[in-house]
Amino acid sequence: MAHTDKEILDGLAEIIDEIAGVPAGEVTPEKSFVDDLDIDSLSMVEIAVAAQDKFGVEIPDDQLKDLKTVQDVITYIQKQ
Amino acid sequence: MKTSPASPGARVVAFGEYQPANVVTNHDLAARVDTSDEWIRSRVGIAERRIASPDESVTDMAVAAGGKALAASGLTPEDIDLVIVATCTQRDQIPNTSASVAARLGIPAPGAFDVNAACAGFCYALGVANDAVRSGSARHALVIGAEKLSDWLDWDDRSTCVIFADGAGAVVVSASEEPGIGPVVWGSSGDRADKIYLRDHKYIYQEGQTVFRWTTTELYPVALEALERAGVAPEELTAFVPHQANLRIVEAIARKLGAPQAIIARDIVTAGNTSSASIPLALARMIERGELPSGSTVLTLGFGAGLTYAAQVLRLP
Repeated sequence: MAHTDKEILDGLAEIIDEIAGVPAGEVTPEKSFVDDLDIDSLSMVEIAVAAQDKFGVEIPDDQLKDLKTVQDVITYIQKQ
Repeated sequence: MKTSPASPGARVVAFGEYQPANVVTNHDLAARVDTSDEWIRSRVGIAERRIASPDESVTDMAVAAGGKALAASGLTPEDIDLVIVATCTQRDQIPNTSASVAARLGIPAPGAFDVNAACAGFCYALGVANDAVRSGSARHALVIGAEKLSDWLDWDDRSTCVIFADGAGAVVVSASEEPGIGPVVWGSSGDRADKIYLRDHKYIYQEGQTVFRWTTTELYPVALEALERAGVAPEELTAFVPHQANLRIVEAIARKLGAPQAIIARDIVTAGNTSSASIPLALARMIERGELPSGSTVLTLGFGAGLTYAAQVLRLP
């Protein structure tokens, strides 16, 4: 099932709000998880698990370190 | 062939715990490695932990906790016919720990063996003790989790030295008319043996993200199965006492149980991660503080290197 970039962004914003308490409005494609959104490595795992439930795309732990921005995750999900 | 007379049930009748006197705070650690109180609290939820002195052994701590549980049970050393120590941090593998612990407690010639299921060890040992008592192989069993993680830590590795700690917890399991220990649900995943291991055969190391994902996504069904097999609904639980691995893991699993009324053990905040000792240590301390009245229904869940995991339901004395 294909999603648009906007759908994935909105879905991620909702997940990040729930897991890390970052207001959804602050989640924009160019934001860095670590530097801009203050999300740590364990929260990244929770976000990956929630994203898998939502979009049906598994993001393995060894990929997480390369997904630095919100756009990186959107692109990764689109490519699968 | 004849068999031993079985007992209708077995239950935990007493608890004991021991923590080393030496308190190590996050600020103490920050003076040694590049970390901070804020970082440790937000990542693992620990404020302080206890670290044994160099001459204090796993056996010493097991004796201290086991002695308290034995005293609290009102039994005499002669009554105990089985001693099981769960540990994965004993320096010497030979001789075993449990026989020495028994001798120092004056327990004459019990069955005595150690269990290594890493941080799941206490739940495994309790499961085995329950079966031994119910089958008639033993009448009163002393079950101890004791660990000295500090012997296996790289004190310059900030990803591990802030997590692990030392301590011991113990219970006495006795034959009873009414069962007070539910069926153990246990399992393992040896294909992931490389996720928590001894680096250079010396230092505990874990792949943090992988372990976090495993514990927060795959273990709550184990806990729910232990409830189901004991015939206990989540809403009947008084408390959930999982292995104190990391406060975020504890809370993530707890959220998935459907037991909002249950007290969640957060002993890790002041005890750190003490591997197989963490569940009986947390239970003993919660009982001591009056948080778990007699008759409380408690769910345990141990998990760790192996990977191994086990869960069971207890009704408290």
